[in-house]
Amino acid sequence: MKIHEYQAKNLLKNFGVPVQDGVAITSIEEYDDAVNSLLNRGINQYVVKSQIHAGGRGKGIVYSKDNKHEIVVEGGVKFIGKDVQKGKDYASKLLGNILVTHQTGDEGKEVQTLFITEGLDYKKELYLGILLDRTVSKNVIMASTEGGVEIEKVAEETPEKIIKVWVDPAVGLLSYQARELGFGLGLEGTAFKEFVKFITLLYKAYEVTDASLLEINPMVITNDDKVIALDAKVTLDDNAFYRHKEYPGLKDENEEDKLELEAAKYNLNYIKLDGNVGCMVNGAGLAMGTMDLIKLAGGSPANFLDVGGTATPETVENGFKIILSDKHVKAILINIFGGIVRCDRVALGVIQAAKNIDIPVPVVVRLQGTNAVEAKKILDDSGLNLIAATTLEDAAAKVNESLSSVE
Amino acid sequence: MSILVNKKTKVVVQGITGSEGTFHATQMIEYGTNVVAGVTPGKGGTSFKPEKGKAVPVYNSVKEAVQKTGADASVIFVPASFAADAIMEAADAGINVIVCITEGIPTNDMIKVYEFVKNKNTATHSVRFIGPNCPGIITPGECKIGIMPGFIHKKGKVGVISRSGTLTYEAVWQLTNLGIGQSTCIGIGGDPVIGTRFLDAIKLFNEDKNTEAIVMIGEIGGSAEEEAAYFIKKHVKKPVIGFIAGKTAPPGRRMGHAGAIISGGKGTADEKIKVMKECGVLIAESPADIGRTVEKALKKIKAGKSKKGDVKKSVLKKIKKIKKSVSAKKNDVKGKIEKKKASKKTVKKKNKK
Repeated sequence: MKIHEYQAKNLLKNFGVPVQDGVAITSIEEYDDAVNSLLNRGINQYVVKSQIHAGGRGKGIVYSKDNKHEIVVEGGVKFIGKDVQKGKDYASKLLGNILVTHQTGDEGKEVQTLFITEGLDYKKELYLGILLDRTVSKNVIMASTEGGVEIEKVAEETPEKIIKVWVDPAVGLLSYQARELGFGLGLEGTAFKEFVKFITLLYKAYEVTDASLLEINPMVITNDDKVIALDAKVTLDDNAFYRHKEYPGLKDENEEDKLELEAAKYNLNYIKLDGNVGCMVNGAGLAMGTMDLIKLAGGSPANFLDVGGTATPETVENGFKIILSDKHVKAILINIFGGIVRCDRVALGVIQAAKNIDIPVPVVVRLQGTNAVEAKKILDDSGLNLIAATTLEDAAAKVNESLSSVE
Repeated sequence: MSILVNKKTKVVVQGITGSEGTFHATQMIEYGTNVVAGVTPGKGGTSFKPEKGKAVPVYNSVKEAVQKTGADASVIFVPASFAADAIMEAADAGINVIVCITEGIPTNDMIKVYEFVKNKNTATHSVRFIGPNCPGIITPGECKIGIMPGFIHKKGKVGVISRSGTLTYEAVWQLTNLGIGQSTCIGIGGDPVIGTRFLDAIKLFNEDKNTEAIVMIGEIGGSAEEEAAYFIKKHVKKPVIGFIAGKTAPPGRRMGHAGAIISGGKGTADEKIKVMKECGVLIAESPADIGRTVEKALKKIKAGKSKKGDVKKSVLKKIKKIKKSVSAKKNDVKGKIEKKKASKKTVKKKNKK
């Protein structure tokens, strides 16, 4: 699960990691209070930062929510300095409008939260990232002197500028490794010592929070040699939520697709795509394979939907509801490989679901496994708008036919 | 022959008294798997009674189960919050093949488990861990350890490795319907950290004399398919057939499996397919074509083997013909016969080439 910068910084602060401090607001009315509370902490210059789940905010463009062609302001993050009113004007242009960055896609994301933070004077911007290296099944810490820019670009163009340290899971990050990173970044004196402390605390935070990605870009060296996280990007491992009961509360539902949230309520794993053929499949791998098959059949997948192993009448019915809420869907392909589950039972479930809701598009149902022949007969005799298929090939052909009949 | 498990394998089921464990232990026993023990801490001394077959003793620990029954393989059905511990317990108890079916184990736990299990391997003891979040392993007709439907499999000579569950069943079913049996099928799971990778399984299948061809079914995310492909190019002479799911998957989205995600432009299906093709892997472009691609590859092997035989036959035929004509035209001009004999020689020469 992705969380916002301000949430990530709050998590890191709990571990003693020095972060650029600030206050999050969701309406312009809260702005003055936020600035005052910073003033009380001795902070007198500000940065206003849009909080969305995407990078490249600083270079993004803010469009009007009402008119998607009207540019309201350039940049979703700005150093304001001491001028409180200037900051307020800028903040009011962000809130409620759409920020488009290279990571959001053209549709962009609505800015609903701002982080009003201290403006720091610094001499160096560095990069730090912690994540799993899948090739060795160990966590890796990556550091680079090229902070503040896209790290993917650095990795591609100048890979020698990225220093990597792999952490032994049995003993954790060792001091010599922390030093190795510090020396590699060319740090010395106070900054070096501060960095070693910083990375040690940061790795601890990564482990204890069960993060799957922790990125500080940039981490800055201030003019007085402090090491501070200017930005923080944290992705938490949903599977570990059983030991972090408070983390699900960090989820920002505004960042999620509404249909996907709805599907999650039914325990369905649904991802909306841009195509015209909806699909409902048991198992993630087969679901992806089915999406590919739809493309090969001349359609394009409208979604990814894994209904899980059992495919009961309820899950199928809920699946129909979710798929049909997407108005671009012109046909549906149900692909269930009945292993231990019997296909005739699944067929009855599909029929029951199809009777309960109005399905305005052709539905190709491909059931394979135990009792597949009986299942096909049940579907054929149902009198409903269900087209039975047996093999994957057959299913693809029937999807293709359905599409051309619709067009 | 097969890899890792066969009819001699003695299986202990960890979490046998839970609903998943009970259901699948029963299924495994019905398939003919030699389930010798169950483990549920606190329920030691009781026994698990399947509908058919004899009762299975339940122990408090894997160590005890191994001591009492000689179990050498384990399958884990315990909840995610206890699964990491269960895997390490099995490894510590001396189990050789550990299969973890459980889904949703935190990645940071798996990193520790991976290292722990790896370090249990010594010169005299080997531990192979499969999963987690996987359907398991089956040697058709001999031993099923996991949740896959047994009946779709058929004994034979094609090894199957896959990151997915139902997509594997699909591929196996296509093979079986074409009359192509499998030596062993392994579902390695779709998580970011897994015990057995494509590379490990490919190595085992490559060394197995009974496996004639290998099917690998991958998906987006990570670079395990590429890693295996480079090995295949260098070391594997058997045909390898591949399919990668997720050509149409968008970047940055987790497609069900925790490991199935294209991040930073890496791990796309196109990239994997490109590398696999370069390394000589035969790619099925559609999931509907996996079986047929294997069939074609097997026919090619057969044709390669029998080609020489066919040539021999045709040469013999020609020689027979020549002999006939020679005897028929016994009284023909000598020169004519000489000519025929010469042609016989050229045929033989061709054959040698």
